[in-house]
Amino acid sequence: MITVEGINKTFGDNHVLHDITTTFEKGKVNLIIGQSGQGKSVLTKCVVGLHDPDTGSVIYNGRNFTEMDRKEKVSVRKEIGMLFQGSALFDSMTVEDNVMFPLTMFTNMTKKEKLDRVNFCLDRVNLNETNALFPAECSGGMQKRIAIARAISMKPKYLFCDEPNSGLDPKTAIIIDNLIREITYEYDITTVVITHDMNSVIEIGDTILFIHNGRNWWEGDRTSIIKTDNPEILDFVYASDFMKEIRASMRASRS
Amino acid sequence: MLIILRNIGKYMIMLRIVFSRPEKWSVFRVRLFEEIQRIGINSIPIVGVMSVFMGGVIALQTASNMDSPLLPEYTIGFITRSSTILEFSPTIMSLILAGKVGSNVASEIGTMKTTEQIDALEIMGVNSLTHLVLPKILGSVFFFPVLIIFSIGLSLVGGWLSLVMSGLASTETYILGIRSWFEFGDIVYALTKGVVFAFLIVSIASFYGYYSKGGAIDVGKSATKAVVTSSIAILIANFFLTQMILL
Repeated sequence: MITVEGINKTFGDNHVLHDITTTFEKGKVNLIIGQSGQGKSVLTKCVVGLHDPDTGSVIYNGRNFTEMDRKEKVSVRKEIGMLFQGSALFDSMTVEDNVMFPLTMFTNMTKKEKLDRVNFCLDRVNLNETNALFPAECSGGMQKRIAIARAISMKPKYLFCDEPNSGLDPKTAIIIDNLIREITYEYDITTVVITHDMNSVIEIGDTILFIHNGRNWWEGDRTSIIKTDNPEILDFVYASDFMKEIRASMRASRS
Repeated sequence: MLIILRNIGKYMIMLRIVFSRPEKWSVFRVRLFEEIQRIGINSIPIVGVMSVFMGGVIALQTASNMDSPLLPEYTIGFITRSSTILEFSPTIMSLILAGKVGSNVASEIGTMKTTEQIDALEIMGVNSLTHLVLPKILGSVFFFPVLIIFSIGLSLVGGWLSLVMSGLASTETYILGIRSWFEFGDIVYALTKGVVFAFLIVSIASFYGYYSKGGAIDVGKSATKAVVTSSIAILIANFFLTQMILL
């Protein structure tokens, strides 16, 4: 479990995060949603330590991450896997070397043990026999799956996914969503996903945090988000005219 | 002025982090040899071609300006050797390598930054500066002296070829000139400059790459800044090193 307590973050005069408090639960897919520029990525970067919050704290299973020195933070980071928006695969390395990289850096496994683990992870994301390819030779969906394989290679306790569906077609996006959900339940890890994709919200959102103007605007789950009357959430969920019509017809049929 | 001071401070802080203990020595060793290959060995062709032709031009220009009958013919070899060891091979070669190596390092690290590969390293718990920059600095500091010795040798060969082929001097007088008043301290001076310039080129290029933001245009701007700044730094360092070592 990750607890975020009273996080504030400013960049110059721009106050991006206002006193955010929330909890990301273990064994669940915790979504952070909101419009672009509302502070979702900044919040995630504060949680994983890529940004230092101005005030507030981030607690990983009782360990106050924000008060740790660099060495202590490294020990927590070894428990974190992250899937970046652009996959962030090392383009000079093959798929195999990418997935093997954390194992080479932080374990004393033999070459065979590492290879077995790499093949297991690639198999888990349905990418057998791609070991020798370079990231540039893989499609966007494959790159996301390779990044997931790399993220789970060290058996993380926490998995962060920054817009895992961006740039993917709806069908591939669903495959990635399902993979994230399956891995979360299978390994009983704390997963945090930033997304704009309403399909993801409905499909995999066990808990949902809605960020608006840098504030924790609303928290709930996938059932309650459909029923809420919060105007900012309605504006986000039913953004297009088409969706607004659907909502209107749903209300009409209900009444 | 404030921006320059702030950048110098940021550069110093970066260097402090760069010179930390690597996460794993076996990985670091592999990275070091990779960088020696990419920065050093891959620069041999350009250094070779430049050195032969510049040595030839120095010898020809010296020969063409030797109008006085009071100056012995072997002065051509002496001047070619002195200019090559003292200035051409360490300084001009470093300025050329600032363009080749500096832009390469800045754009490589800059692209890694903008595509979040550096964030990925940090999230894994890897000190990205030590992992990426330290092998580049050490690789170049180890290999630049080799390139300079190589450049000195080929320049002198280039000078000899140009003189013999144009008939302006004989092999014997050229070699006599090269051997006249030779001081080993000049080689030490040249190699010291090479080590300092290698450090400046790679660390400055890494600095601009690591702190680049935005997209392709910004990475390009960072590469340009890296080349310009490291070239200026080389010229300033050259002045002070000459003051300190030769005078």
